[in-house]
Amino acid sequence: MKKYFPLFVLPTLLAFTAAFIIPFIMGIYLSFNKFTTVENAKWVGFDNYVRAFSNGDFLNALWFTALFTAVSVITVNVFAFLIALALTKALRGTNIFRTIFFMPNLIGGIVLGYIWNLIINGVLSYFGVDISYSAKYGFWGLVILTNWQLIGYMMVIYIAGLQNIPKELGEAAQIDGANPRQALRHVTIPMLMPSITICTFLTLTNSFKLFDQNLALTAGAPARKTSMLALDIYNTFYGRAGWQGVGQAKAVIFFIIVALIAFAQLKFTGSKEVEN
Amino acid sequence: MKKQFALIIAALTALSMTACGKDTSSSDSSDEAKSAAVRFLNFKPEIATAYEEIVKKYSEETGRTVIVETAANNTYEQTLSAKMATSEAPTIFQVNGPRGYSNWKDYCADLTSTELYTHLTDKSSALSYDGKCYGIPYTVEGYGIIYNKEITDKYFALENKATGFSGMDEVNNFEKLKAVVEDMQANKDALGIKGVFASTSLKPGDDWRWQTHLANIPIYYEFKNNNIDLTSDATKEITFEYGDYYKNIFDLYINNSTVDRKILGSKITDESMAEFALGECAMVQNGNWAWSQINGISGNTVTAENIKYLPIYTGVAGEEDQGLCIGTENFLCINSQADEALQSAAADFLFWLYSSESGKKYVTDSLGFIAPFDTFADAERPDDPLTHEVIDWMSDTSKNNIPWNFTLFPSQTFKEYFGAALLQYAQGSADWENVKNTVVSSWKTESEHLE
Repeated sequence: MKKYFPLFVLPTLLAFTAAFIIPFIMGIYLSFNKFTTVENAKWVGFDNYVRAFSNGDFLNALWFTALFTAVSVITVNVFAFLIALALTKALRGTNIFRTIFFMPNLIGGIVLGYIWNLIINGVLSYFGVDISYSAKYGFWGLVILTNWQLIGYMMVIYIAGLQNIPKELGEAAQIDGANPRQALRHVTIPMLMPSITICTFLTLTNSFKLFDQNLALTAGAPARKTSMLALDIYNTFYGRAGWQGVGQAKAVIFFIIVALIAFAQLKFTGSKEVEN
Repeated sequence: MKKQFALIIAALTALSMTACGKDTSSSDSSDEAKSAAVRFLNFKPEIATAYEEIVKKYSEETGRTVIVETAANNTYEQTLSAKMATSEAPTIFQVNGPRGYSNWKDYCADLTSTELYTHLTDKSSALSYDGKCYGIPYTVEGYGIIYNKEITDKYFALENKATGFSGMDEVNNFEKLKAVVEDMQANKDALGIKGVFASTSLKPGDDWRWQTHLANIPIYYEFKNNNIDLTSDATKEITFEYGDYYKNIFDLYINNSTVDRKILGSKITDESMAEFALGECAMVQNGNWAWSQINGISGNTVTAENIKYLPIYTGVAGEEDQGLCIGTENFLCINSQADEALQSAAADFLFWLYSSESGKKYVTDSLGFIAPFDTFADAERPDDPLTHEVIDWMSDTSKNNIPWNFTLFPSQTFKEYFGAALLQYAQGSADWENVKNTVVSSWKTESEHLE
């Protein structure tokens, strides 16, 4: 079958090379350059990487992003799992609820950001402040927004996982005298590990890479305290003449961090999966 | 059978690929005619349709094609960097002053010998280095405190007013302005307004009226007072010595406004202009470009004859002679990396626009520019009240108009830091010292990497 390789793989490989591999390598190359457009790059070595840490913005963003990711990965998955559990019980109207919970996921991030900006400012205006008043408001605003957006999607994955668990297992546990909590802990969750792996992976990478929601909800206010990594890279790239290379360097660091964390997480949760 | 099926699929895939290839190559060849045309990357979305008409007229009159592309609001630099790297790079683009030039200097052609430059009224207003011109300003704009004379007149007619003035003409320094504003604020119910000043929009991205325009005044005085050569490296560090004067007017804005100072972080410029248009406030800081906006708001109560300018007084000694802030941050550049023929075609188009009868008509009527070229007669000026006001202030030799020194601000990032510090000050979560320190230190760090 080897002779069919060029026929089947080559078109995709070419497209992948043109649309991903080449830009990716160019991106890494550019992070060692000073440039205005990609065509007039001048080699500067590691200067951009040094400058990336020359003020606290990048580290602040890194810390803020890490904290945000930790909180939202936990909340999104816990709520999504609980809702999935509730909606797989034989209740009336579960289909309607599934649709409703899934719907926020269909709205674009910028629109979501503005909607929540209005809602949160509307509530905070009773206290005479707005979301830009404190970084805490922005942080929890982002957490709520992300939860609202991602829970429906993760819920669907969990529901599919729950429906895949053979009924016999639950019945066997019941006959052996396990109470519902023990059945959940020792049967459902281990059997659900593949869904948990994929859901944590999705929430982790999505929260880490969050951009449009961040831009629309807080735009970094107050004083860039709520800018996440992607927004900080964007601001570095476009906010200062001559800093494009630094933005690029930050983006490379960002890529390495996301890849490392996602890889470690897959390894970790993957090791907990059990054979069906 | 399976093999045959696979082969057919593969053949189909390959076919569709080549078909795609053909498609793009054929559209390429039709693009060729276009890529030989002058491309103009327009900065102002609000006049994009006017430019479309202009290039249509141009091709009717001369048979030459110019393609106008417009960058969406606040994305000019992004769009420009993206487009510059493509085969459809703009031939005509614009930079916002010395800082923008330093970013794009590899792409700025020498314009000294262009006809348009020879007709520029004030050669010193061009972006020039070593006697060569790289950017030509195409409009002059002015900003100050815009006020609604109907409301101020109502105030001066009040019986219980605490000040002794009888008209805005008598208000010629900060002290008098403060007295009038504070008394107007106290009488806001009698005047039927929510506050004297429109809300001070400090939402990030909408804070340019304060971190750029208003900040121009203390920086101008600082450079002037210390006889700083504006083209030298001495502009890379400031002490913000007029910071307290900035605070004077800024406090006046936020304390006598339509809204509480704590919620300014969610206010945008459009809201401020709407408040002014609807008569909810008497004053707003903005420039002559704002007239179309005020006039376009449904329910606008501000009439053309009642809209007036007041210079932004901050309490600096001798400010009685101060005028509006008049200048430009719009400089046209021609892409030096473009084809020679295209570069001269671009220069021809620009000269046509600012010198031919039909071109000038568009400039004045559709674009609304106060064009700084001697090809324009005195009568050929835009017909809107704020522009008239700016022209009046410009021609009033007894007044000392402030140039736009904010084109020397080191970067967008500096402005954002400044705006963020102002917001924290307005909200009360940081003090004025923080604003001063932010301005001084971020000016310095942002200047370090400038060339």
